[in-house]
Amino acid sequence: MTDKKVKSNGDERVGVYVCHCGSNIAGVVDVEGVAKWATEELGDKGVVIGKDYKFMCSSLGQEMIQEDIKKEKLTRVVVAACSPHLHEKTFRTATERGGLNPYLCEMASIREQVSWVHTDKTIATEKAKAMINGAVERVIRHQPLEPIRVPINEATLIVGGGIAGIQAALEIANTGYPVYLVEREPSIGGHMAQFDKTFPTLDCSACILTPRMSEVGTHPNITLLTWSEVENVDGYVGNFNVTVRKKARYVDEELCTGCRICVQKCPKKVIDDVFEVGLGYRKAIYTPFDQAIPNIPVMDAENCTFFEKGTCKACEKFCPTEAIDFEQEDEVLNLDVGNIILATGYDLFDTRRIPQYGYGKFENVFTSLEFERMCNAAGPTNGEIFLRDGKTQPESVGIIHCVGSRDVNYNEHCSAICCMQSLKFAHLVHERTGGKVYNFYIDIRTPAKDYEEFYNKVLEEGTMFVRGKVGEVTDVPRLNEESGKLYIQAEDTLAGVQRRIPVDMVILSAALEPRYDANDVAKQFGISCSSNGWFTEKHPKLDPVATMTEGLFIAGCATGPKDIPASVAQGSAASARVISYIEAGELELEPVRATVDETKCSGCLICNDLCPFNAIEYIEEKDVSYIQEALCQGCGTCVAACPAGAISGTGFSNEQVLAQIDGLLMVDFKPAAVEKA
Amino acid sequence: MTKEFEPVIIGFTCNWCSYRAADMAGTGRMKYPANVRLIRLMCSGRLDPTFVMKALASGADGVLITGCHPGECHYLEQNYKALRRVKLLKRTIEQMGINPDRVKLVWASAAEGVKLANEITKFVTEVKEMGPLNWPGRSRIVEPAGVAEEVPA
Repeated sequence: MTDKKVKSNGDERVGVYVCHCGSNIAGVVDVEGVAKWATEELGDKGVVIGKDYKFMCSSLGQEMIQEDIKKEKLTRVVVAACSPHLHEKTFRTATERGGLNPYLCEMASIREQVSWVHTDKTIATEKAKAMINGAVERVIRHQPLEPIRVPINEATLIVGGGIAGIQAALEIANTGYPVYLVEREPSIGGHMAQFDKTFPTLDCSACILTPRMSEVGTHPNITLLTWSEVENVDGYVGNFNVTVRKKARYVDEELCTGCRICVQKCPKKVIDDVFEVGLGYRKAIYTPFDQAIPNIPVMDAENCTFFEKGTCKACEKFCPTEAIDFEQEDEVLNLDVGNIILATGYDLFDTRRIPQYGYGKFENVFTSLEFERMCNAAGPTNGEIFLRDGKTQPESVGIIHCVGSRDVNYNEHCSAICCMQSLKFAHLVHERTGGKVYNFYIDIRTPAKDYEEFYNKVLEEGTMFVRGKVGEVTDVPRLNEESGKLYIQAEDTLAGVQRRIPVDMVILSAALEPRYDANDVAKQFGISCSSNGWFTEKHPKLDPVATMTEGLFIAGCATGPKDIPASVAQGSAASARVISYIEAGELELEPVRATVDETKCSGCLICNDLCPFNAIEYIEEKDVSYIQEALCQGCGTCVAACPAGAISGTGFSNEQVLAQIDGLLMVDFKPAAVEKA
Repeated sequence: MTKEFEPVIIGFTCNWCSYRAADMAGTGRMKYPANVRLIRLMCSGRLDPTFVMKALASGADGVLITGCHPGECHYLEQNYKALRRVKLLKRTIEQMGINPDRVKLVWASAAEGVKLANEITKFVTEVKEMGPLNWPGRSRIVEPAGVAEEVPA
């Protein structure tokens, strides 16, 4: 019975299996009839056997397919049953067990797309036939595929040395794998190093951070590259090649002992607008703060007297180890890594963008980060809270929440940390000055462990809370008002009145924003940013530290505003993902990929710009485009775009889809009755 | 004796959103007309305009293209490319004398089984009103249910 049926389509021998799914399918589709029809009518396409069975996914059903593959020498399998999202894997495995390549199996979803959504038996049966016909047309054009296996390089690149990056680096390094930690600034530590106290426990930020920092600095598995930036990323999961520019420090890292005599002797003072946010000074050769890791100064060539005028060299004269090197040049490093974690953090909202709050106009309006530095015992005022004159303690302080966040004009998002930060500020003002504190808030958001308790504590301390958005901060007194004060004008929406509160100092709890260059960084690494600029997760809930690019993970505030515990948790989470990849040694990828036929490619570059994963590169010598298998995610956009038809997509080739269209249309569609929707 | 015209519509779905919406429509036993036959692609960005032309030339009376909502593409932004292509394609087929409304783009997330079912129902009604395409040389024969005004000379 079988031999004569092998015909036109090469020598493919197709088995068609129609599942009853109990009565789920059989109740609406004439499954026996469909199986019989497939055997009788589709013989010229290579169908040699058509069977129906109560539950195809049961072990008996699977065994039937396996045996038929052997007995009937099947080369292709079509299973008409439920959605492939449910059982494609099951039937692929059965196909493989029967001795065929698993990808030579195709499913027709006659349950979800036929029996469950249609009621008329005749119509449903005809549609099921059409779908099986399409699946047969497609499956005979399937190619045997092998999952792509890529080896994983054990080294990991971490970009950003804030708390999230530090945590990830330590976790991976402690497991025994090498880590490159790249940081743009001269020292690791990130924003957390600038803070004084951390909410809600009020531990000193430096006391909990600096031990971690020195662990990173001395860890045998961590190569610390500060004052460095990633310039280029090539390759794919397991085999990234990263170019890092190590900017010239003008200090020999091998020779420097970190004694900082150079810093002491340097005659040039510069306003430190990075670490001290403009509140303090540093020298032209400097470390941003005393506990900086690495403890190796950086020369700021733009401000150095020698680079400016050709004389000075005080640092060089006094350096006991001759570590100063004015000839030093940028170094370009090539790193091979298997995985990458981006923990690039956030930027603070520029409060000048809201002119009515007076930052930059009134000297006693401070940003939250300025206030952090002021509270810090190692900061510009040694932890004393002073007005801008550097000596007067404020008697009253107004703290404005949500500056630049939860505001359609600037950022729609909630910056997550400002409420707690503002409560912390209120507490610190009380503790250190005994002054009056007013908090102007829209809503108080204290959703994490011990946060609400901290809020209650601050309430009990006597901080005044005004619920309402501040209209303006002004220094113009009205009739009978004391001059020399700042007036905060706000609507108290609870009392339903306008308030005008005189204060000495205003603190703006500024929003957390994506890094100014987040989009460029995302592009460089082949990931994407959401519309508000944060890096996009693979899944916001179920895969929050992975991205759509395999081997690329994200952690900390780069993915959205979060507090220190959440950043640390994400650092650990990302490292766990990386470690699992490294431990597995290699990664198996779905073989749905696009490939370029170089003989057809004209090098027009149309496909290059379409790929969001940077998987397509242009090979100039050959004038063709080339697709990196491991970077390609298999969407097929380039396949559809290629004007020369030079790109083919495995599993979804033009031939397969076109044949399936034919298959779906070929069965004459004769509805006996009109289906009522 | 006139039989009501029953169009055949080819639908393209992406693997991540709209195919799952079709799954959901099934699981939720939502009813829609049987005129649509779906083809799974990995992404709406895979949609080669040739597929649509081929479907229309081979007997389909309409083509429904579905994908993830803008901003929700599994492959980041490829559905925007599908959007661009479909717009251009509609213009092209119009020049060939085919009503551009025979090609329709619908976004459906994996949670929008109801929406997909409703959109299919709506599109089937729309194509029914347009009548059979009757493209010359096509393999499927349908008795015309009225004047096939669109056949190019």
